Formats: sequence, C-alpha cells, structure tokens
Amino acid sequence: MPERFFKGIRATALAAAAGIALALAVAGADDARAEYGDVVINNFSDAAGMRPVVFPHWFHRIRFRCKVCHADLGFKFQAGGNQINMVKIIDGEFCGACHNGEIAWSVENCNLCHSAKPGTPTQVHESTVQRLVAPGGVQPAPARK
Amino acid sequence: MGRASFSVGSRVWLFALSGMLCLLWVSQVFPQERKWLPLAADGVHDPRSPALKQLQEPREALSRLAPDPHVGNQVRWVKALELGQINPRTNIFPETKVSVLDQDIIMSNTGSRPKVRFPHKQHSLWLDCAICHEQLFKSKAGGNNISMLSILEGQQCGLCHGAVAFPLTECDRCHSVPHGVPIPDAIIGK
Ligand code: HEC
Ligand code: HEC
Ligand code: HEC
Ligand code: HEC
Ligand code: HEC
Ligand code: HEC
Repeated sequence: MPERFFKGIRATALAAAAGIALALAVAGADDARAEYGDVVINNFSDAAGMRPVVFPHWFHRIRFRCKVCHADLGFKFQAGGNQINMVKIIDGEFCGACHNGEIAWSVENCNLCHSAKPGTPTQVHESTVQRLVAPGGVQPAPARK
Repeated sequence: MGRASFSVGSRVWLFALSGMLCLLWVSQVFPQERKWLPLAADGVHDPRSPALKQLQEPREALSRLAPDPHVGNQVRWVKALELGQINPRTNIFPETKVSVLDQDIIMSNTGSRPKVRFPHKQHSLWLDCAICHEQLFKSKAGGNNISMLSILEGQQCGLCHGAVAFPLTECDRCHSVPHGVPIPDAIIGK
C-alpha cells in the first residue's frame, strides 16, 4: 500500500511540475500574444498569396451580440470551420452580411481583413485549448468534430 | 516526458489544472494594471501591413470598459453590458426574436470544489437559446453529463469559455456556490 501511495504522489508531483513549467513558458512567451479571442483564418489565403485573415472578437462583440453571427448568420463555432471565401463574402454570406458598405465598410478594403503575418496558421488566439496543446507556440487550432 | 503521455486520462487533467493554478498565481502576484500589446507587436498581425494604421488598437477601446485585470480581454464583459458601457446589437434582421431567461441552475457534482452556478440571464443576453439547446445541452436540469475534463478539452462550457468568453483559469467564477448553503431562486441540477 505505501509503495502505491508513493507512486501516486510521484506521478502527481511530476504532472504538477510539468504544469508549472508549461505555465511559466506560456506566461513568459511574448512572441505571440494577440488579443484573447482573435481568430486567424488561413484555409486559403497563404496559398492565394494574400495575408491570412484576423477576425477580432473583442472589436465585434462591442457592436454585436454573439447570436447575431453564431445564430442568425450561421457562423459555426470553429476557427477555420466555415470554409469562407471571397465569392461567398461578395454574395453577402459570412463577413459579407455586414461588410457590404451598409452595416460596415465593404470588401474593397482587402488589407483590413487580410492583416496577419504570412504563414500564420488557422487558430483562435489565447484559447485554453491552444495553451494546453501548443505550449508557448502558435499552432493550428485542434480540429473539432 | 513525451507528448503522448499527456494525451489521456487523469494526467492531462492534473497537468492542466496545475498549469492553470500556476497561471492564476502568476496573475495574482503581478500588479492589477491593465496593458494591451500594440497590434504591431502582438505576433499575429503583420507589422508591415498597411492596415495597422487604420485598425483600432485594443487598448483604445478596451481600457474604457469594466476592468478584469489579466483575464481574457481584461474586460468584465457582463458588467460592461450591465452598466451600459456597451450596447451591442441583438439582431441585424428585423424578424429575429430575442428572448432572455432569468433563471440560475446549480450543479453540485463538483467534488470538493464549490458548486457551479450557471446563470441563464447573463448567457441569454449574448446568446440564443438554440445555440445551446438541444445539441450542446439538453434543457433539463441535471440532464447533462458535464465534466471538467471535457470542459478543458473545449467541449460543453469550454466551447466558449476556452476561447472567447472569460477563460477557464477563473475557477471561482463558475464554482461560486459553497456546499451546504441553501440556495433560493435557483434550480438544482446534478
Ligand atoms: C471582411 C473581410 C474581408 C475582406 C474585406 C476581404 N477578404 Fe478576402 N477573405 C476573407 C476571409 C475570411 C477569407 C477566408 C480566409 C482563408 O480561409 O484563408 C478570405 C479569402 C480570400 C482569398 C482566398 C479564397 C478565395 O476566395 O479565393 C483571396 C484570394 C482573398 N480573400 C482576396 C481578397 C481580396 C483581393 C480582397 C479585396 C478586394 C479581399 N479578399 C477582401 C475576408 C475578407
Ligand atoms: C461579427 C461576428 C461574430 C460575433 C459577434 C461573434 N463571433 Fe464568434 N466567431 C466569429 C467568426 C468569424 C469565427 C471564426 C469562424 C471561422 O474561422 O470560420 C468565430 C469563432 C468562434 C468560436 C470558435 C473558436 C474555436 O475554438 O475554434 C467561438 C467559441 C466563438 N466564436 C464564440 C463567440 C462568443 C461567445 C461570442 C459573443 C461574446 C461571439 N463568438 C461573437 C464571428 C463572430
Ligand atoms: C454582424 C456584422 C459583421 C460581421 C458578420 C463581420 N463584421 Fe467585421 N465589422 C463590423 C462592423 C460594424 C465593423 C466596424 C465598421 C466601422 O468602423 O465602420 C467591423 C470592422 C471589422 C474590422 C476592423 C476592426 C478595426 O480595428 O477597425 C475587421 C478587421 C473586420 N471587421 C473583420 C471581419 C471579418 C474577417 C469578418 C468575417 C469573418 C467580419 N468582420 C464579419 C461588422 C461585422
Ligand atoms: C466555465 C465554467 C467552469 C470553470 C471556469 C471551471 N469549472 Fe470546474 N466544473 C464546471 C462544471 C459545469 C462542472 C460539472 C458540474 C456538475 O456536473 O455538477 C465542473 C466540475 C468540476 C470538478 C468535479 C470533477 C469533474 O471532473 O467534473 C472539479 C474538481 C472542477 N470542476 C475543478 C475546476 C477547477 C480547478 C477550475 C479552475 C482551473 C474549474 N473547475 C473551472 C464548470 C467550470
Ligand atoms: C450557454 C448555454 C445556454 C443558453 C444560451 C441557454 N441555456 Fe438553457 N440550459 C443550459 C444549461 C447548461 C442547462 C442545465 C442543464 C443541466 O443541468 O444539465 C440549461 C437548462 C435549461 C432548462 C431546464 C430547466 C429545468 O427546470 O429543468 C430550460 C427550460 C432552459 N435551459 C431553457 C432555456 C431557454 C428558454 C433559453 C433561451 C432564453 C436558454 N435555456 C438558453 C444552457 C443554456
Ligand atoms: C455558447 C457559449 C457559452 C457556453 C457554452 C457557456 N458560456 Fe458561460 N458565458 C458566455 C458568455 C459570452 C458570457 C458573458 C461573459 C464573458 O464573455 O466573459 C458568459 C458568462 C458566464 C458567467 C458569468 C460571468 C461573469 O462575468 O459574471 C458564468 C458564471 C458562466 N458563463 C458559466 C458557464 C457555465 C457553468 C457553462 C456550462 C454549463 C457555460 N458558462 C457555458 C458564453 C458561454
């Protein structure tokens, strides 16, 4: 019994130490600290020679409740999960439901949406899942069913 | 310690928890001052993009809103809404119906942690019933098997609270009801 007990303690201590190391790594990692909830969308942009898209949640939630996009406009809760492209946007879907020169400025402002560093993978920035899966680094958001 | 060893079971759980507790500690040791990185230095925006001159800096908008130092956007969004500091639109189509439900649910399957109070009002102000019901959660108190592990994996409450709504490091904001205290006006779930 005591032996098992000590094994348990050791596993716990190990996991705790790893956790602390991770936390420090994350706390100290200043290389990529975009605003919490910023989504980078890069299914097609890099390949098309455009900068990837940065969608800032903080900016939009000051103006719209979640339900406007995630219920009425049908955005799925998954970074990169909506297969957005310019044809759909110009047709008034997704970003194009607002970025049409009426509710917000229109699609000619390519750079305002396509503003990420080239090569930045699709992700939600500062998400808990990202922290746990990709300590200290920028990696694709894990796929969800 | 290889990656694979983190992938299952209780170890992930402990690992995640201790990491989070540590982050909590870090956030408590440093002063309660809010700072936002400029877009050009956030590691995601391209510092050479011409858009940086036009995009709004987070500091400019967020520093005026109810503070929540070191948590998420460092804005207590529920407060900002309550105080009328922001008034985000509820709909862009005139036919959209908006409904708010003022009802809390208490979840007590939390081990030694305080119980969880799930507030419908604060959620339905932002979200539609259909976003959560019936796929994500059955609308039946106690009718869902919610666990901290799946929350940490980004499911259930973790769908939003791992990415956009206040982050999972804030244990007490969900685990807010001590065991053994009577709770009037709330529905008791599990
Ligand atoms: C309102 C935001 C927004 C604006 C403005 C915008 N885009 Fe996009 N664009 C997107 C999003 C979102 C995607 C999907 C990104 C991805 O998955 O890589 C995209 C994808 C693309 C793609 C790759 C997919 C495709 O449809 O071919 C190209 C090329 C592109 N945009 C070019 C442009 C150009 C050129 C402009 C200016 C005329 C522009 N975009 C303006 C949001 C925008
Ligand atoms: C203006 C539109 C808009 C609003 C308002 C909005 N979102 Fe989003 N949300 C998006 C877009 C766009 C994405 C990324 C989808 C994609 O990449 O295809 C997204 C993705 C997400 C994701 C998925 C992140 C992941 O883990 O992959 C979550 C969670 C989320 N939003 C929660 C919220 C919450 C909570 C609110 C309200 C506080 C909100 N959103 C408000 C447009 C919006
Ligand atoms: C529900 C409406 C709505 C949707 C959907 C929407 N936006 Fe916006 N967006 C706005 C409004 C309103 C503004 C502010 C316009 C202004 O200042 O004139 C804005 C501004 C922006 C800005 C500039 C932020 C700044 O710092 O000034 C970016 C970038 C942006 N949107 C990207 C996107 C992308 C990418 C999508 C799709 C993935 C999207 N938006 C979908 C309404 C929307
Ligand atoms: C977004 C809300 C939320 C946050 C934040 C949160 N929890 Fe939970 N937690 C829950 C819910 C909901 C349950 C399930 C309760 C039930 O089913 O009765 C739960 C259950 C638990 C349990 C019971 C065992 C289990 O695995 O389900 C423990 C222990 C726990 N949480 C610890 C924590 C700790 C430690 C933190 C902070 C790192 C935390 N929680 C943050 C919502 C949350
Ligand atoms: C953020 C997600 C979310 C939203 C949005 C939401 N609910 Fe719920 N709802 C829940 C959860 C979680 C429970 C509790 C389930 C449990 O105890 O397992 C619940 C429980 C319920 C119950 C059961 C209560 C009982 O007495 O058994 C009803 C009814 C309900 N919700 C109605 C609504 C209505 C109406 C709306 C819209 C105004 C709404 N919900 C919006 C998450 C949500
Ligand atoms: C669909 C997205 C979503 C889901 C799922 C969700 N929440 Fe939330 N929750 C939000 C948003 C948005 C807010 C507003 C505050 C914010 O953004 O930080 C919020 C606020 C809260 C608050 C009040 C915070 C405060 O500042 O006072 C609590 C407590 C909470 N959630 C607990 C839960 C619990 C417990 C669950 C799971 C049973 C859950 N949430 C599931 C989106 C969600």
